[in-house]
Amino acid sequence: MTFAPHTEDEIRDMLATIGVGSLDGLFDQIPEAVRLGRDLAMPPGISEMELVADLRGHAARDRNMDDLVCFAGAGAYDHYVPAVVWALAARSEFYTAYTPYQPELSQGVLQVLFEYQSMICELTGMEVANASLYDGPTSLAEAVHMTLAPGRRRVLVAASLDPRYVELLVTLGRGAGYEPEPFDGVPTVGEDVAAVVVQHPDVYGELAPVAEIFQAAHAGGAKAIQVFDPLSLGVLAPPGELGADIAVGEGQSLGNHLNYGGPYLGIIATHLADVRKLPGRIVGETVDVDGEPGYVLTLQAREQHIRRDKANSNICTNQTLMAIAATVYLGWLGPDGLRELGTQCASKAAYAAGQFAELPGVSLLHPDAAFFKEFALRLPRPAVDVVSSLIGRGFLGGVPLAPAGDDVLLVAVTERRSRQEIDGFVAAMGEVLAS
Amino acid sequence: MDRSVPGRRASRFPSIDVPEVAVPEHHRRGSAARLPQVAELDLVRHYTRLSQENYGTDTGIYPLGSCTMKYNPKMAETVASLPGFQRLHPLQPDETVQGALALLWRLEEALCEITGMARATLQPPAGACGEMTGLLIMRAYHRDVRDPDAPERTKVLIPDAAHGTNPASVRLAGFEAIPVPSDARGLVDVAALASLVDEQVAGLMLTNPNTLGLFEEDIERITEVIHAVGGLVYYDGANLNAILGRCRPGDMGFDIVHINTHKTFATPHGGGGPGAGPVGVKEHLVPYLPSPIVARTAEGSYRWDDDRPRSIGRLHGFNGNFGVLVRAYAYVFLHGADGLKEVSELAALNANYLLSLIRADFPAAYPDERPMHEFVATAKPLKDETGLRAMDVAKRLIDLGYHPSTVYFPLVVEEAMMVEPTETESKDTLDGLAAAFRQAASDARTDPDLLLEAPLTTPVRRLDEARAARHLKLRWS
Repeated sequence: MTFAPHTEDEIRDMLATIGVGSLDGLFDQIPEAVRLGRDLAMPPGISEMELVADLRGHAARDRNMDDLVCFAGAGAYDHYVPAVVWALAARSEFYTAYTPYQPELSQGVLQVLFEYQSMICELTGMEVANASLYDGPTSLAEAVHMTLAPGRRRVLVAASLDPRYVELLVTLGRGAGYEPEPFDGVPTVGEDVAAVVVQHPDVYGELAPVAEIFQAAHAGGAKAIQVFDPLSLGVLAPPGELGADIAVGEGQSLGNHLNYGGPYLGIIATHLADVRKLPGRIVGETVDVDGEPGYVLTLQAREQHIRRDKANSNICTNQTLMAIAATVYLGWLGPDGLRELGTQCASKAAYAAGQFAELPGVSLLHPDAAFFKEFALRLPRPAVDVVSSLIGRGFLGGVPLAPAGDDVLLVAVTERRSRQEIDGFVAAMGEVLAS
Repeated sequence: MDRSVPGRRASRFPSIDVPEVAVPEHHRRGSAARLPQVAELDLVRHYTRLSQENYGTDTGIYPLGSCTMKYNPKMAETVASLPGFQRLHPLQPDETVQGALALLWRLEEALCEITGMARATLQPPAGACGEMTGLLIMRAYHRDVRDPDAPERTKVLIPDAAHGTNPASVRLAGFEAIPVPSDARGLVDVAALASLVDEQVAGLMLTNPNTLGLFEEDIERITEVIHAVGGLVYYDGANLNAILGRCRPGDMGFDIVHINTHKTFATPHGGGGPGAGPVGVKEHLVPYLPSPIVARTAEGSYRWDDDRPRSIGRLHGFNGNFGVLVRAYAYVFLHGADGLKEVSELAALNANYLLSLIRADFPAAYPDERPMHEFVATAKPLKDETGLRAMDVAKRLIDLGYHPSTVYFPLVVEEAMMVEPTETESKDTLDGLAAAFRQAASDARTDPDLLLEAPLTTPVRRLDEARAARHLKLRWS
């Protein structure tokens, strides 16, 4: 089926108005040699009933986080998404809207994005945020790009940065002319370094010596970039306080579903002095001809539709709807909710880690490290096999962290996990390892 | 923030059932984040009212050129929110997500058939990212096949009427963007193209039909010219709606294609995203596709294949915008082969019909060429006559109840109005929009204040954009 409403009579009348004899006649400028001349090799159209049945069939073949208890993280987390978030974000005036280039008709989206920018600044302690990028890893690449300058082309990244982020830097660095260089501990930062990147909490879920690393960055005249976890910022000091020049993060945990990896939400925030280097859309407040407050996309001269090959970035479509969801979610959470959520994550993760450490053959990868809501375990068996076995017992037990070793498993514990679920998970792990 | 009352709170969690632990003191947050303190009903009323100040395709026609703002089918929303898709973790073992992987495989197959490509990546989360992907594939391919004595390929050719993301992507991929002029017909000047082509050219980026809605009739010659010097040809899929089921980029000589699912395949625009930008390639470029890619085993099961030594790498943190791709799948298979062909036919019918109704006041920029799914008209004659401009016409259309078309793009046309109705609009909607365009022109002649003061009927009137950039207010105080 299609959604075109035309009747045969209407088509005939419209063709007559145009002065063409048939629908085929509208395409006679296409050279014969390139015409397809056959039907597309795919099934014919079907009804909505049939299509929905097909997709229900596909979905039913998947084990999802409603049937398995989720202890997997590594950048995508099972935080609770309250009903109010999508009851509002999925209103069709938001989701069927275009980019707000005609601001008078788009005050809804523009104001929500202004609120989003504001809340991200409050959360991160930074001065200005944009209205979204694609995801955490691509936001890091955009942040690095902001720091490149003549004479400063090197990019130092902490060895504990999630490998997925590193892969993005490697891919996009080829076009921009840099390669990420890993460092351990606190780096030595020379005059040719553009940026120093640290993830905190890091890929292992552990707390990093961010302030010292950023001091080293600034001593060398380089920019300090932190990859942060938005839901850690109820209990952890935010990037702005730690000395970050640019803060980037993955906003999936802010009211967005796991969705098998996307659509997610790239967050970026920086100093007001550097606002003209920011990529993507930014909403600003202004007044109309009557002096009434209103919102517009601003500083558009940074963007591709104005500056073309001199733009800061090529980004056009971003992740607006996810930013709208994040805004509603943060309003639902409130400052006390954010703090309570952080405490629950940290406490439940600590409890789980303690229980695991009692299992024979299982140890924490870094026993003395402080962590937030994730920790790495060393198992007596390949992590991939353990995860497979745990599926059969009703758990998605974590994410194997292959770069750290075949036997390393990253376990995440969010506020959604109860003590009972954690105890059940530890028991299941015990059974799997004993068998 | 105005609704914030200290102590109000919407969120509620289960009581903590494990010992409470604090993060180490030196890592601890000092003062709380200043987020709003509101009740759930405050949230609901605030965002419901804001939504009512926003216009979407569910509200009315959105005739923006090259944006393909067609109806977003509600069935796509239903299937995308099935827990078997929405509640999947991206790093689950492959054997637990066979339904999702089968969906991606089938979608990829269909997109390749529609565009005439061998394989595709579904990883890029938007068209611009798709462009970057295509350009990095070009770069990797040329590195591989390059004769050590030959000069490096540093240039990519782009028509002067191209969308801004094209030159931006070219530069970010490490190439130089070389503009190719259009001829009097509004099409690529093939002689000029031939003179610009040398062995330093990595490729050409083109959309067909172009941003004027005109089919590049010399497309075979154009792609030959590029291939003759060993270059690659990239298809910007923004205008794919015009040719669905009629012709395919792969058959026209294109080597790489990107698709905007949020245009052609009706995934909702979301106020500015999320979209998805799948990239298809011909056989010789398959090894360079981003990693991982979906593979099918001999037994018919699916897995992620990341053993791809010549891949350009990763363009997204996980698997791309999967939730968007589910909606694209729903659209493609709902329509099927016959439905997709009907889409391009009725898109062309609607665009040509609308142009017929308004061209007396707003002539086509290239009146001797028949447009396809969109057209570019010009308000220049009206400006010469009345002094009023495309922007003024756009604002008057708002008061007449219609979202305006794109204005001032493409840059090659003075007082440009780029109009794409899409195939989901009815004849009576088009009649209404055309009447509004004619009314605006008439008002420009007899009562210009109606345009200059417009809009009068919206929640805010014309906004001072210059002030917004001069006095930056980008967050709450």
